[in-house]
Amino acid sequence: MDLSMKWLADYVDCKCDTKKFCDEMTLSGSKVECFREEGDYISNVVVGHVVDIVPHPNSDHMFICQIDVGEGEPVQIVTGAQNVKKGDYVPAAKHKSTVLHEGKPVKITKGKLRGEASNGMLCSLDELGLTLHDFPYAIEDGIFILGDDCDKTVGMDIKKAIGFDDTVVEFEITSNRPDCLSVTGLAREAAATFNIKADIKEPTFKGVDGDINEIMSVEIHNPELCPRYMAGYVKNVKIGPSPRWLRERLRASGVRPINNFVDITNFVMLEYGQPMHAFDLRYVSGAKINIRNAKAGEKITTLDGVERELSEEMLVIADAEKPVAVAGVMGGEYSGIMDDTTAVVFESACFDGASVRTTAKKLGMRTDASARFEKGLDPENTYFALMRAFELVEQLGCGEVVRTYIDCDKTVAKDKGVTFDPDWINGFLGTDIPAAQQEEYLTRLGFEIKDGKAYAPYYRIDIECKSDLAEEVARLYGYNNIPDTIIRGVAQAKLTRKQRFDRTVTNAMLGMGVNEITTFSFISPKYFDKIRLSKESKLRNTVVISNPLGEDTSVMRTTILPSVMEVLARNYSFRNAECYAFELGNEYIPVDGEVLPEEPERLGIGLYDANGKIDFYTVKGMIEELLDKCGAPEYEVARPAENTAFDEVSAFHPGRVAVITIEGKELAIFGELHPETCENYGIGCRAYAAKVNIPELMEVCAEQKTYKPLPKFPAATRDLSLICDDEMPAALIERTIKDAAGSILESVTLFDLYKGKQIAEGKKSISYSLTLRSHEGTLTDEQADKTMEKVIKALAAQGAELRS
Amino acid sequence: MTEQLKAIEEKAKEELSKAVDLKSLDEIRVKFLGKKGEITGILKQMGKLSPEERPVIGQLANKVRADIEESITAAQNTLKSMAAAKKLEAERIDVTLPGKAPRLGAAHPLNATLAEVEEVFLGMGFDIVEGPEVETDHYCFEALNMPKHHPARDTQDTFYINENVLLRTQTSSVQIRTMEQMKPPIRIISPGRVYRSDAVDATHSPLFHQIEGLVIDKGITMADLKGTLELLLRRLYGEDTQLRFRPHHFPYTEPSAEVDLMCFNCHGKGCSMCKGEGYVELLGSGMVHPKVLEGCGIDPEVYSGFAFGIGLERITMGRYSINDMRLLYENDMRFLNQF
Repeated sequence: MDLSMKWLADYVDCKCDTKKFCDEMTLSGSKVECFREEGDYISNVVVGHVVDIVPHPNSDHMFICQIDVGEGEPVQIVTGAQNVKKGDYVPAAKHKSTVLHEGKPVKITKGKLRGEASNGMLCSLDELGLTLHDFPYAIEDGIFILGDDCDKTVGMDIKKAIGFDDTVVEFEITSNRPDCLSVTGLAREAAATFNIKADIKEPTFKGVDGDINEIMSVEIHNPELCPRYMAGYVKNVKIGPSPRWLRERLRASGVRPINNFVDITNFVMLEYGQPMHAFDLRYVSGAKINIRNAKAGEKITTLDGVERELSEEMLVIADAEKPVAVAGVMGGEYSGIMDDTTAVVFESACFDGASVRTTAKKLGMRTDASARFEKGLDPENTYFALMRAFELVEQLGCGEVVRTYIDCDKTVAKDKGVTFDPDWINGFLGTDIPAAQQEEYLTRLGFEIKDGKAYAPYYRIDIECKSDLAEEVARLYGYNNIPDTIIRGVAQAKLTRKQRFDRTVTNAMLGMGVNEITTFSFISPKYFDKIRLSKESKLRNTVVISNPLGEDTSVMRTTILPSVMEVLARNYSFRNAECYAFELGNEYIPVDGEVLPEEPERLGIGLYDANGKIDFYTVKGMIEELLDKCGAPEYEVARPAENTAFDEVSAFHPGRVAVITIEGKELAIFGELHPETCENYGIGCRAYAAKVNIPELMEVCAEQKTYKPLPKFPAATRDLSLICDDEMPAALIERTIKDAAGSILESVTLFDLYKGKQIAEGKKSISYSLTLRSHEGTLTDEQADKTMEKVIKALAAQGAELRS
Repeated sequence: MTEQLKAIEEKAKEELSKAVDLKSLDEIRVKFLGKKGEITGILKQMGKLSPEERPVIGQLANKVRADIEESITAAQNTLKSMAAAKKLEAERIDVTLPGKAPRLGAAHPLNATLAEVEEVFLGMGFDIVEGPEVETDHYCFEALNMPKHHPARDTQDTFYINENVLLRTQTSSVQIRTMEQMKPPIRIISPGRVYRSDAVDATHSPLFHQIEGLVIDKGITMADLKGTLELLLRRLYGEDTQLRFRPHHFPYTEPSAEVDLMCFNCHGKGCSMCKGEGYVELLGSGMVHPKVLEGCGIDPEVYSGFAFGIGLERITMGRYSINDMRLLYENDMRFLNQF
């Protein structure tokens, strides 16, 4: 809401500068965004009187003017405009002045034009930042010749002379206060804030005799959506421009002046917050106004010249045949005010907020009117607005108001009283404001206190309960005067197991040198192709956003992998030599028959190192270390099964991918990414990724680690070098060793892997170091050897022979 | 004999002074103190002495022996420490060469900030509660006193899945779920991702993070709200933090307040950083609306409470002087490595 300070001054005098006004209004609840002086980009431009004008000797289209700018001797200014005559009063930009040129401020200095001195410039409206709407009598291509509505004191600052010197304060009005979307509303707030009186008089008009019921009729067909409709009639209308003071106020409020009747409706809306409409009675068929729901397929061309199809839930103003306006949103083009209009019907009505909002949204047209209606207006306001419109018609002398008017009032009176309990308010706010002081604040805001109840003024549609009154008291008392206290009582807080587990995972990943990333939860459905997901994958069944910003952010991710891939790709494109990234984030999995999807938490890891410092075993090592830190029980690492639960398997190199299984459940997948995946993302080196199902992992991990006693007896170590088929997985060898050695085996560690010379084709040499230890006593060589014999025998049964 | 012993001692000391390594010290030891050494040679002749002389010479011989031993040990120590010093000298390195650090990952600035906020609240007895991001209209709007067509919904441009399901625009939805499940006293914060249909630019993102707080108990006042937020923001921004509370409107709180932070740059005078206002808008808060409490089965005549919501991005960007929100979601390693 842009507030003209000149207009406000019609009602209140806050006796302070604009900055102070803004600060105080902000603290009492009307937030000021900023303020600006009109035409603050114009400087050193004054009213000039053309005392002489002669053609330029060296030009066939320029003139040399002698301009009296109130400095004794006239100054010489050359102009190329053709509309300047001797005796005219014009805006004269003096040497070292600023005006607008193509919307941007430019400096004007003296110089020579084709050999003739020019000490400034004569200005057009455009160069002052104004348009023909502001001064309809001016011409488009020419100097602005000041009319009789301007002050022609020579040398006077032009902004003051033409009334372009208002201060505009921009308010952010919250949706509960549509009454403050008006000058009178803000005047009332200012009066309460500064504890002064606002001089808002009830509008009056004289009118001429006549019975409106003989001229027209109104019928409300849906009182729920239109509780009140008032209509007034003005005859012998003379359409023309509004006077300067009215145009000025509209301009400062950001509304373009059009003609007196349209301007009056806009003026009243700005002043009273009540949108109005003016119809040309000629085009209201049957002189009958019906407020009804639109019929399916009905169409209307609105004032902006667009034909719109209406639907049945929309409320329209219709004449005997067709819609003439979309209620509360916009009038129809056909029945609007034209230059030859002679009979005008003013509409001042109250429409249901939700209905106007839905209609405006559906038609894609938010207007100043709909923005006000949709917040909910009080029906009482329609009366004051209509009276004000009548008053203005008479003040402007642009028509004769018929004294009688139509008032279809279907409002149901309700008790708006709210219990006023000063003690409760103090208890609620934590303050000690005397009851009389509270009452004074409320009275200042227009409340009436009666029998322990507070009655809000009609325009306050937002007051419903005790806490509303508390806010009124608090904001005038000053929020910053309320003390700061500490909540009483003791409370204990503690992280949940999940929160602690998340922290463990995060710390483990950070400790392993991986950076934490934060990615968007929505992705493009195309990303599924980029990670080579099969067409049938269940992951393609997503939660779809019906109104996305773009395709890239149109579905909720069902796998964290594409998010990680995007980060790898972006870093690669930034030419970062390496990227070690992880995210702990959610996936969003639709569930049949459920309203909301599941949101399982996943750890996504993505790694590349353009210098080749990492490989499959780097990511495997990370996962193993993570499992260890999380307290995971024994797990199995294996190539993914044909029917693995991880559909993401297709993103990986088929020979370099593994799945972690614990207690029969697949909990993680990791490996090198498929070259095609890398190619799809423009990654030019080997890259690695992993996904870990966090809640499922937490489920199997020990919540509390327990200490195992340190060994009391020495260990025996034995090395084992084996020859086996290259295809034989190390995991099988290790498993065989563990099973054969039993509890006496403390650890088994790979220390050498060799293929090549001296080893037969298709075979490998693999060497382990075994640590054996008993908890009952020192292990004898005999015991150790016996265990080793069992191990070797078991290995031989699997096809792994001792290397001789 | 006395003379002999003294001469041996003199000779030993002289030889010791010339010894250059441990090996020659050993030779000296053998020569004078060994089984065939000179002292032993003297002692072997003790039998020839008179009973009166014997103890005197014996004592002297032992003293000489001890003296020589002591001198040898001293010489040994000197030589050892010299050798050690020489070895250390030889091991001298260039301490200005680069270090070999184990690689440590960097926590994302958003999460690092969140962890700190959570710590402050845990200390004040607030539990941390999470909830779904894909949410029903009921929990995101209706239960927060924003029925369908409520104009305040306009301030939160919403991503819809269908008419009744949406991406939550605020984590207040978690507060409703908590109030439905827990009985007062309640003290929680609900951090998490929220979504609004804003195009990406330096200060907007369709996904961002909020931390909302909720306190419900008997006798909770607006002064408590102010005190709690003062405490939090001083912990986050420093003891000299200046706040400004001003009235605002949220459908789910009444009274509602927005909290501004005095601009650190101009201290309230107004500058380009605060767009001339002197204050920077920081968070929204208020006393929980009685309709919201009632809707969750909490009697507003018995209980009262307050709620607040802070944007994590705003705090994070302020802390680290990050001027473009996009950096937080771009995940450029050069950016993340700075934290």
